[in-house]
Parts: sequence; C-alpha cells; structure tokens
Amino acid sequence: MVAYLPIAIFLGVAIAFAILPVVLGRFIRPTPPQSEGKLAPYECGIEPTRDAHARFSIRFYIVAMLFLVFDVETVFMFPWAIRYRQLALFGLIEMVIFLAILIFGYVYAWKRGALEWV
Amino acid sequence: MTDFLIINVVIPLVQIGVLLGILGLATGYIVLAERKVLAFIQSRLGPMRVGPHGLLQPIADSLKLILKEDLIPGSADKLLYIASPIVVVAAAFTTLALIPFGEGITLFGYHIPGVIADVNVGILLILGISGLTTYGIILGGWSSNSKYPLLGAMRAAAQMVSYEIALTFAVLAGLMMAGTLSMVGIVEAQLDMGVWFIFVQPVAWGIFTIAMVAETNRAPFDMAEAESELVGGFFTEYSGMRWALFFLGEYTAMLVMAAINVTLFWGGWLRPFPNVEALAFLDAVPSGIWFLLKVTTFLYLYIWIRGTFPRYRYDQLMALNWKSLIPLSILNLLVTGVVMLLLA
Repeated sequence: MVAYLPIAIFLGVAIAFAILPVVLGRFIRPTPPQSEGKLAPYECGIEPTRDAHARFSIRFYIVAMLFLVFDVETVFMFPWAIRYRQLALFGLIEMVIFLAILIFGYVYAWKRGALEWV
Repeated sequence: MTDFLIINVVIPLVQIGVLLGILGLATGYIVLAERKVLAFIQSRLGPMRVGPHGLLQPIADSLKLILKEDLIPGSADKLLYIASPIVVVAAAFTTLALIPFGEGITLFGYHIPGVIADVNVGILLILGISGLTTYGIILGGWSSNSKYPLLGAMRAAAQMVSYEIALTFAVLAGLMMAGTLSMVGIVEAQLDMGVWFIFVQPVAWGIFTIAMVAETNRAPFDMAEAESELVGGFFTEYSGMRWALFFLGEYTAMLVMAAINVTLFWGGWLRPFPNVEALAFLDAVPSGIWFLLKVTTFLYLYIWIRGTFPRYRYDQLMALNWKSLIPLSILNLLVTGVVMLLLA
C-alpha cells in the first residue's frame, strides 16, 4: 500500500493548490458593491422566469442506463485483457460468449430506438 | 525509517512541487499557444501586445484573473458551487501522479523514478480518478441554478460517460498487448516487443484519439461549452479564479489524456524504433525529452483539430459514439484476440 502514499499526498497538494488562489485573491482584489441584478442567474439580460432545476430530456436517462451496462462490462474485461496470453483459446471463447450476450442487448436497444437522439 | 520517509514522502513531494510548478506555467503557455496557433490558422496574429509576440500574456492573464470579482449567484447552492471547481482540479491533477515522464535519474544516492507513483493498477486508477471530473462538472452546472450551466452540464455528463466506453475498449486492446496495467509496465512491454503499439493497434489508437478529444470536451465535441449557444456551458455562472480553476482542470485533463495516449500507443519515453541498433545514437536525447516531444505533438493536434473542424450536432455526437465507435472498438478487441491467438 506504500506505493499509493504519493497519490494521497498529491491529492492533498492538488486540493490546496485549488483553494489557495481563491483565498489569496480575496485579500488583494477590490470589492465592488453588490447588487441584486449581479447575483441573478445569467440569462442574456432577460429576467429568469422560474427555477432552473426543472425537468430535462428523458434521453439523458437512457444514456445513463446504457452507460451502466457497458461500463460494468468493461470492468469485467480488464482482468481478461491483461491475462489474455495465458488464457488463450479458452479466454477467447469465453469472451465471445460474454460479448454475444452484451451485443444481443445492444442490438435490441438499437432496434427499439434507444440510440436515436431525436 | 529516514530512508522510508525520504523515498516515500520527500522525493514524491519534491516531484509534485516541480511538476505543479511546471504545470502552472505550462497551462498558461498552452493557452497562449492555442491562441497563437488558432490565430495563424485564421490568418491573424493573435496576442501581440504583452511582451514580444505576446509571450508575457499568460502572466497578465493570471494577474487579471486573480483580481477579478468573485461572484456567487444568489440562488446557487453555495457548498456545491464552491466545491465543484476543486473537484475538477483535484481529479485532473491527481492522475498526473501516475504518468511516467521518463526513465528516472539518480541524485544524491537516491533513485528518483520518472513517475511519482508506479502502482500495479496504474491505468485503471487513472481512468477511475479522471472519471471523477464528470462529478465536478455536473455539480458545477447543477449548483449554479441557472439554465445554461445546467444544460451544459447535462450534455457534458452524457457525452463524457458515453465516450468513456469507447475509450475503455480502445485501452483494453492496448492492454491485451501489454499484459499489465502498470503505466511503466506498458512502456516496458513496448520495449520488449521492440515496437510501439500504434503499429499493432492503429484502430484502437484512432478510437482512443477521437474519444480523448470528446472526453476533454474539446472542439469539435465541445457541446458542453458551445459558446455560441450556451454562453459558457457549465461554467457560465463562474467568474475570476473559480472559472480559472475549471480552465486549469480542462487543460490538465488534455495533458493527461495526451500522456496516456503517448504511453499506451507511442512508446512513452522510448525513442523511435527502440529495437533498431542503428538508431542507438538517438538515446543521447534524454527519455523525458522524447516523452515531452510526443505529448506536445498531441497538444498541437488538439489545437489543430479545434481550428479545422466545425462543431458536431448533439445527435451526431451521440450517434458517432454509440453507432460507430463502440461496435468498432468491440470488433477490434475480438480481431486482436483472434490474431494474437494465431500468432502465438
């Protein structure tokens, strides 16, 4: 686990690096007066009519679902890929079966129009 | 105990310090280079006023940014609004710890490796940590409580997770050749084989390069920012230094992606044709220089692509990934498997 120690150190330094200039800027920059219009969300000068947290397109939800399936799939394939030379034919046949199930679902999703963005 | 501390804490701290120092400066100059190259592509001169040929522009820019007013919109979720640029920067920076920059040198009796942390799951960890950038972006867009940032963040998230799949499949093809997840191990595997993986995995490289541009939300896939329709995308509501942090995160992510590309497909710090004895004189150039040369070439490629291609439409962007890149990358994996079996 010692090998991971520098990564933890780097994470700490990176967070400090991100916070420092913002804090530092507070002391050296001028503070102009605040106004209500300045704090309003930007909408090209038109007054915002309602909260931005409204409903959004269902498409994003479908993409998230598809992503989940494929991403879990890729995680399973990492150990297979690095041990492929040892697994040889057995590995290939198994991965073909594994991918065939995925591709079946993929073709189904395609035919049902889940990949169309309109 | 002192040795343990020196090897595991002091040396990494020095490396991190040097790296961040260089990175802080380099980011500014990448931005300048981008403005200059884009200007020349469009028959303009670009920044010329600050210093000779605008060479001091990055310093003027950073001074300007640090003096800018720091606005937090009244309706924003303050905690998430403040946290999201930090998440983006921390995620982008931390991945740098795993990039092998060269062969390593010996100083004061201690071996200083060319990589800050050589862990055995290197590339998996890089993909994992850089995936956290998506959280920073979507938190930034959501917490601003404004319509443009929210739209930009939704687009960015959907685009980044989609292209992550094609990217991972392309990486997998390279890993089949390397047989290891360690970034140093991948370069050493290319030395053993005597050939850069680009020559055995050109398709995977093409997919990786397209996905890499999309992952970093760069033109022609910059739907998340799309200045002409979403103002600034997910960071519309950000100003001053917080905005600059998003920028820093984006350019660091570009650098990291270019570095992965170089390590996985272009032989990392190796010289061209590492197995040809006649070219041994090229070893006179330090390994770190080779690495930087290759990464710089990819950074130039990013800018070149931005200057050349018009922006994609969102449905075309999604179709390119889901209907072309993913099937192609799966096919590439299977073909690689069959060919490796036949040659074994």
